[in-house]
Amino acid sequence: MKIRMFRCLLVLAAALAANAAGAQSGVREQTLANGLRVIVKEDHRAPTVAHMVWYRAGSMDEVSGTSGVAHALEHMMFKGTRNVKSGEFSRRIAAAGGRENAFTNRDYTAYFQQVPKAALPLMLQLEADRMSNLLVTESEFSREIKVVMEERRLRTEDKPHALVAEALNADAFFAHPYRRPVIGWMDDLLNMNYLDARSWYARWYAPNNAFVVVVGDVNADEVFALAKKYYGPIEAKALPERKPQLEPEQRGVRRLVVKAPAELPYLLMGWKCPVLRDADKDWQPYALEVLVGVLDGNESARLNQALVRDSRLASEVGAGYDATARGPGMCFLEGTPSQGKSAADLEAGLRAELARLVRDGVTETELARVKAQLVASQVFKRDSIFGQAMEIGQYESAGLSYRDIDRALERVKAVSAEQVRAVALQYFADDRLTVAVLDPQPLDQAPRRPAAQATAH
Amino acid sequence: MLKRIVMQAGNPLWLMAAAALWMAACAAQAALPIQHWISASGARVYFVESHGLPMLDINVDFDAGGRRVPADRAGLGGLTQSLIKAGSTAHSEEEIGRRIADVGAQLGGEVDRDRAGVSLRTLSSERERVQAVAAFAEILQKPAFPEAAFAREKARLADAVRENEARPDAVADKAFYRLLYGAHPYALAPEAETVARIERADVENFYRANYVASRAVLTIIGDADRTLAARIAEQLTAGLPRASQAPPALPPVIQPAKQTLRIESPASQSHILIGLPAIARGDPDYFPLLVGNYALGGGGFVSRLYLEVREKRGYAYSVYSYFLPLAQEGPLEIGLQTKKQQSEEALARVRAVLDEFLAGGPSAAEIKAAKQNLVGGFALRIDSNRKLLQQVALIGFYQLPLTWLDDFAGRVDKVSAAEIRAAFARRVRPEHLVTVIVGSGEK
Repeated sequence: MKIRMFRCLLVLAAALAANAAGAQSGVREQTLANGLRVIVKEDHRAPTVAHMVWYRAGSMDEVSGTSGVAHALEHMMFKGTRNVKSGEFSRRIAAAGGRENAFTNRDYTAYFQQVPKAALPLMLQLEADRMSNLLVTESEFSREIKVVMEERRLRTEDKPHALVAEALNADAFFAHPYRRPVIGWMDDLLNMNYLDARSWYARWYAPNNAFVVVVGDVNADEVFALAKKYYGPIEAKALPERKPQLEPEQRGVRRLVVKAPAELPYLLMGWKCPVLRDADKDWQPYALEVLVGVLDGNESARLNQALVRDSRLASEVGAGYDATARGPGMCFLEGTPSQGKSAADLEAGLRAELARLVRDGVTETELARVKAQLVASQVFKRDSIFGQAMEIGQYESAGLSYRDIDRALERVKAVSAEQVRAVALQYFADDRLTVAVLDPQPLDQAPRRPAAQATAH
Repeated sequence: MLKRIVMQAGNPLWLMAAAALWMAACAAQAALPIQHWISASGARVYFVESHGLPMLDINVDFDAGGRRVPADRAGLGGLTQSLIKAGSTAHSEEEIGRRIADVGAQLGGEVDRDRAGVSLRTLSSERERVQAVAAFAEILQKPAFPEAAFAREKARLADAVRENEARPDAVADKAFYRLLYGAHPYALAPEAETVARIERADVENFYRANYVASRAVLTIIGDADRTLAARIAEQLTAGLPRASQAPPALPPVIQPAKQTLRIESPASQSHILIGLPAIARGDPDYFPLLVGNYALGGGGFVSRLYLEVREKRGYAYSVYSYFLPLAQEGPLEIGLQTKKQQSEEALARVRAVLDEFLAGGPSAAEIKAAKQNLVGGFALRIDSNRKLLQQVALIGFYQLPLTWLDDFAGRVDKVSAAEIRAAFARRVRPEHLVTVIVGSGEK
């Protein structure tokens, strides 16, 4: 093997021009006859490509009793097709110099490869194959579901903060499927079988329920031609009806306690908040983004300053909000009380910060600071090909368009101090709130020191 | 390690971490003209000019990681690095934070056993760059270590130490390094008692002794020309403390005796680590070990450990092996987590895979697959400024050849089966293998 020299890329005029015109201005799309949309963004800074296939099927499309099946099927997607035997998929991508993985969320399941650009056709070939030719066998499934249960133990069962988040979701939503954890309840995993996974695949894996995102050192027309060649022959399917399952109005604050072995308490507060449905008409999600930025978006944001530095109520504190989702949204505040302080103390501190925000609003300086972060982040995000593909996928999977990405940025830049105050007042209300607290339990008989001296084996 | 991840909705911190990870994962560079010079104050400077995006990344590493910390003050290295950001003699922590945030810049940095780093990412446009670099220069060279911030960060560190005692992964990691390195400072991790002992003067003294110009390594990647990079290098290092003496020599790493340590835990899974001190940076065995380890447990979804432990038996979600070269012999670490009831079977399987690998080495097909991935995928190691910064900083700190990245694929390609077997035989002697099991199935 011989390495090829990479093309020197100390060029910039084109990149800067693209930047001035909006980061998504260079994006192109085509829809194949079978309904598969293909979205391509050329980025020629390095000779690599990110290829992603997003299916509009996530845990929110599951039904009770088989929670976690979207994610279990994701695991099975690496287990062989009529044409590619189990494990071969990953071997071929690795041999092409690629990295690959997949992830499942509430709204979607997505698969990706990062490869040297010459390997792109193989990626389309392999993904197209498993879009319609997957085999889900009993013996493969019975082993892989054990892996999934180990994953649940690792990520949730033994992680107190994850248990708290899981419980908060289950309590905040009575009716909406967002109440179920993406990875599934352990008992559902224990009782899941290969037929559950197979029927999930049969229902949702279809070109008309998917879209492809390619970002990197490619020519868009060539990608469209490849897509037509590999994905084009797959037939569209009639998709199941999706029921709205709207969440009934919350009537009063909800509170819960999670006990788990831990040293420190933890507080998670979630308020039901709107998400972006119409990038032109909605304004509240943009104001909420700025609000969260003021609270926790930069080196001098309010929560850290007030609660970690000044009052020392918390050792860690944070705020979060995702404006794009198929289902209902939530704004979160969270934190770990510092030694000697309780979750109740921290909740009072967080509430005081919210009250201050509602009473006094945010300053123009703070607004400008959050917007400066935003402007800079638009440049920084382009350092990552994969990050750009992710952003497009997130928007599209939420029912928005990649075209909305730049529009949303412009709208966020136009948010006023009064709008921030207005959403703080309207959405951070107790009747929208669920509060979850970790009540740390002693580590039991487990002493902090080794139980036994080292022994030779 | 990311392996077929599931995103846990509703945990904002987790989502942010994931976003950061994705952002850290990609985009841009070329066969690498790394420019290197020494600043007037004696700092080593490494610069890659790249105008693809109007941004600049700067990282300053010092030989001020865990290995320079006195054993009875473990935690001092991380505490000092975090307090660098807590304001300068001219501006308070809050003012520094505002000056950085007002121009959209970001501060970062990491501390490990060798290095303590502080980094800045900023737009390269003049107003933004000038303000961000000025604030960065101030905290690097005139940190105030205010009393209040010291008390706060010390308390936060103490909280983190406590919380880690309930985390099986953290307990395993700490025990693993302690057994591997014994009396060597690589064994150290902060403890409640060592943190309690740290005083503000320790921080000041540690800074003055270790954040010194002649042992600083400055890496600059991005939209600047050589003249500007040189100016920034002077601005960031001219006022650093000067070394009064060479750092004390560290003891050699001594291979541990083979042993197994079991630690109880209330968790549902056992966290298992196996390894030994293996290789220092710059050692020629690096490439044979890299290629061999790809077959053993480094190669994502195709390694022996992955196939035997996860694919065939469903014992674990994550199972891996890697070599982490440090200034002195860094570890080989093999790790997995599995439900307690089957931990002995899983452990036996991992040991069998390792034994077989050490006895026979990788097959010709495995070596070919490893080279295909490592050589073919080389571009993915440097296809963003972020990744490039990490690579070049490593080259700078450990004084690897400037052509290290250019030579990488060729070096990988030249590795032979015999070299892999020989390197593993030299570096991974079973009589020194340490095993840590947190949450044992055995009572």
